[in-house]
Amino acid sequence: MVTIETPRSPRNRKSAQREKQAWLFMRASGVVLIVLIFGHLFINLFSGNGIKAIDFAFVAGKWANPLWKIWDTLMLWLALIHGTNGMRTLVNDYTQREGIRKFLNIALWTICIALIILGTLVTTTFDPCPDTSVASALPQFCK
Amino acid sequence: MPTKPTGTLYRGKTGMWSWVLHRITGVSIFFFLLVHTLDTALVRLDPVAYNQVIATYKTPVIGVAELGLVAAILFHSLNGVRIILIDFWSKGAKYQRAMFWIVIALAFVLFAGFAPRHIMHILEYIQAGK
Repeated sequence: MVTIETPRSPRNRKSAQREKQAWLFMRASGVVLIVLIFGHLFINLFSGNGIKAIDFAFVAGKWANPLWKIWDTLMLWLALIHGTNGMRTLVNDYTQREGIRKFLNIALWTICIALIILGTLVTTTFDPCPDTSVASALPQFCK
Repeated sequence: MPTKPTGTLYRGKTGMWSWVLHRITGVSIFFFLLVHTLDTALVRLDPVAYNQVIATYKTPVIGVAELGLVAAILFHSLNGVRIILIDFWSKGAKYQRAMFWIVIALAFVLFAGFAPRHIMHILEYIQAGK
């Protein structure tokens, strides 16, 4: 069971320091994410034909510009860490058993790290013209 | 573990409800992010499979869910700015309630700008015979 600690009990300085860093990270990454996600939504859902236009060729065309690769990779890292840390806050608030709390937090960070590795591999090793694919699904510049 | 009923720490009003909404929208966006990272990863595996999966994002049901997603993102990001101002601006706590309504108003205006356009895209997709 999670209990409220005795008032004025000495703080564990290292964990207090980490909490402060996490607190600051949420605010700093939040500001950057507003720019990254609003830009992402504007380009992908609002401008042009919006959601209708999105397919493999659209992504390949976008990632032909390294700016969008960096944009999307940074957005991936910040959003996953920001989201996972937010979930950690909820887990710490709402779980009652220490074992379940630890299990959920380990699960959250495992998923976070796995998706960061997966996503980063996708953006950095992306091939816009894979020769194994159907030609009609590829962007025009592959021809 | 059963716990005894006790008095509540919840205080109601905009301060509490903005906090509740921030959590609900945050969790919703988090789970979408997990799915969205996985579906986007398909661009590395197979262009045709990616196109098939992304086509489901253009259907009416998911199209409406996207409206909810954008609404959640708008509230979460603008309320996040409000939280930062409460934390770092000397008058932030004093104006937290006014800022809450500014957040709601701004989110509403941005959503009103987005929603008709998105609905139009979804309708056009249905009309094109999918």
